[in-house]
Amino acid sequence: MTQLPLRAQLASALGRTAATLSRATGRGDGSVIGGRVGLALEPDLLRKLARDRRLALVSATNGKTTTTRLITSALQELGDVATNAFGANMPAGHVSALSSAKDAPYGVLEVDEKYLPEVIETTGAGVVVLMNLSRDQMDRAAEIWLLAQKWRRALVARNTHVIANADDPLVAWGASTAARVTWVSVGQPWKEDSWCCPECGGPLDRGGMDYVPPGGHAPGVAVRQADGSVPAAPGSPAGPGGPGGGLAENDWACRECSFRRPAPSWFLDGDTVVDPRGQRWPLDIRLPGRANRANAVVALATAEAFGLPVQRALPRLAEVTSVAGRYTTVEREGRQARLLLAKNPAGWLEAFDVLDPALPVILSVNAQGPDGRDTSWLWDVDYRVLRGRPVYVTGERRLDLALRLDVAEVPFQLTESFGHALAVQPQGKVDVIANYTAFQQIRSEFGRAV
Amino acid sequence: MPSDSVLRLVWIYPDLLSTYGDQGNVLVLEQRARRRGIAVETVHVRSADPVPEQGDVYLIGGGEDRPQILAAERLRRDGGLHRAVARGAALLAVCAGYQIMGSTFGGEEGQPVDGIGLLDIASGRGAARAVGELVAEADPALGVPTLTGFENHMGVTRLGPGVRPLSRTVVGTGNGDGTEGCYAGRIVGTYLHGPALARNPGLADLLLTWAVGAQLPPTDDTWFERLRQERLTAVRPA
Repeated sequence: MTQLPLRAQLASALGRTAATLSRATGRGDGSVIGGRVGLALEPDLLRKLARDRRLALVSATNGKTTTTRLITSALQELGDVATNAFGANMPAGHVSALSSAKDAPYGVLEVDEKYLPEVIETTGAGVVVLMNLSRDQMDRAAEIWLLAQKWRRALVARNTHVIANADDPLVAWGASTAARVTWVSVGQPWKEDSWCCPECGGPLDRGGMDYVPPGGHAPGVAVRQADGSVPAAPGSPAGPGGPGGGLAENDWACRECSFRRPAPSWFLDGDTVVDPRGQRWPLDIRLPGRANRANAVVALATAEAFGLPVQRALPRLAEVTSVAGRYTTVEREGRQARLLLAKNPAGWLEAFDVLDPALPVILSVNAQGPDGRDTSWLWDVDYRVLRGRPVYVTGERRLDLALRLDVAEVPFQLTESFGHALAVQPQGKVDVIANYTAFQQIRSEFGRAV
Repeated sequence: MPSDSVLRLVWIYPDLLSTYGDQGNVLVLEQRARRRGIAVETVHVRSADPVPEQGDVYLIGGGEDRPQILAAERLRRDGGLHRAVARGAALLAVCAGYQIMGSTFGGEEGQPVDGIGLLDIASGRGAARAVGELVAEADPALGVPTLTGFENHMGVTRLGPGVRPLSRTVVGTGNGDGTEGCYAGRIVGTYLHGPALARNPGLADLLLTWAVGAQLPPTDDTWFERLRQERLTAVRPA
């Protein structure tokens, strides 16, 4: 690497000192404070630290921390990689990540969706990875159509190679101004934010299904569409002229304008990835669930953009077993609790996919600042999938969740803390789904070992 | 109550206006009707489809600026909701859906956009976003307990002589003049967004009573009440 200018070197060094102090005094992992100290001394530090490296920026509503980790693991096959592994995904975190791996020729940075245009501009990153956009903590987050529009503007007239999920209409729209896009097809289980065309507002036809509302219905309630038809179940096959206008699964097209899904070159097909040459590779990874197979396909497409072929990248993905505490198991008195993080409706849908149907489940919901102080989103989650297994409800906003489950007619037991919920379990395994601060509380009480 | 004894709920444009768990209002109405032995049929109207005129309770929710403008255009062109309301159907309009019911509301850049004129209100954009818990005392004429919920909007709404305030705010912003929401006939508009009826089962029962035309028997409100008390205690000034 070329030498940083003296002021930038000093800023970077002071930032690292602050980060070390933060860790040593137990105040945090240091990734934000270190970057702030550096940026205060040299506002242009991020640009300078990014120069002369090959960078990938990773953004999405869900899965960005995990996918950042997977891409990092793959690129380590090529050399040292700087990364913000702890999810500090704003510019201070990026400065800190790049400062602490000064000589790494590669960088993989998780980027908050809102900050992405600014970080693209500042770093001039060669690769940008865009996976999904859905409703998330609406009391403090930007409206997602506006976010996608800002992505479009940021990508125009740049030499950026974008890796994007073609199955998410809003992501496809947000990425489609880029000069070069590698489209991947990794599905979009949560469709409630994309029934309308991002380009013209007209209705989108979705492959294999008619409109199905989130949250389900009270049992015994007849549901039909305005034309009198009964909505098809999600994922039911599309017949000719049937639901979804005869489109194939995951395909979509606007009924009123020419906007439709771009042709993907990578596909997730069950437990297999299909590469652009049509070659199929079993996705032998350790992280559980459909969402992580999707993340792995995105990581493989990104690795190839860096010149790393699938056969070298795939074994690296299998080395990742947990990411910042997600999917780890904590243990107390013979009870093993597997921790799943779900921060928004799309995330809960993916977490349900990972649950072991034979196990009880503990749900913990808070509404602190990082969670969003508004619990309305609970009504967008269809909890009926939990019927038939023991469900324990806890967290600071457990009464919001209790009412939600009562209306969905999902039997549950209210417990005053996660510790109590765990203590009343029989010995053995239990699954846990928690939102952000609820998850962190469990980790800090039951050990942060990753 | 319709002659075939099925209560028809019509959810308008969930593909455009369903951002904050708005489906909660549909689910709560379904559950509270069904637990009293009333059969329910729910119709979801996508924005490309006509709004049926024969519903008993119509619901429209909140959303972003652009879908709000699209929804207003489509409702005006369609006319089905106007005919249903003229027939005497009940309507709950929430947040962006509330603003649409007036003569005008603020668009993406604050420019005035035509509403659909079902309520005598006019909305514009305020200086700051109102985000947080809201507590308000409902108009005593409605017989509904203290309202509780969450608001998240930049709207300021002026009430005309053709409507009455739904409530007086105790905590929060609401219309911006010390009142929250409004009602006229069987139309209720509110800034209590998303699942407003989950926090206010009394308001749900008011809509059901209008639709059924009779007093409803009591139902088990245990979880509704526990949540209401917890929220009111946490939010209301001591």
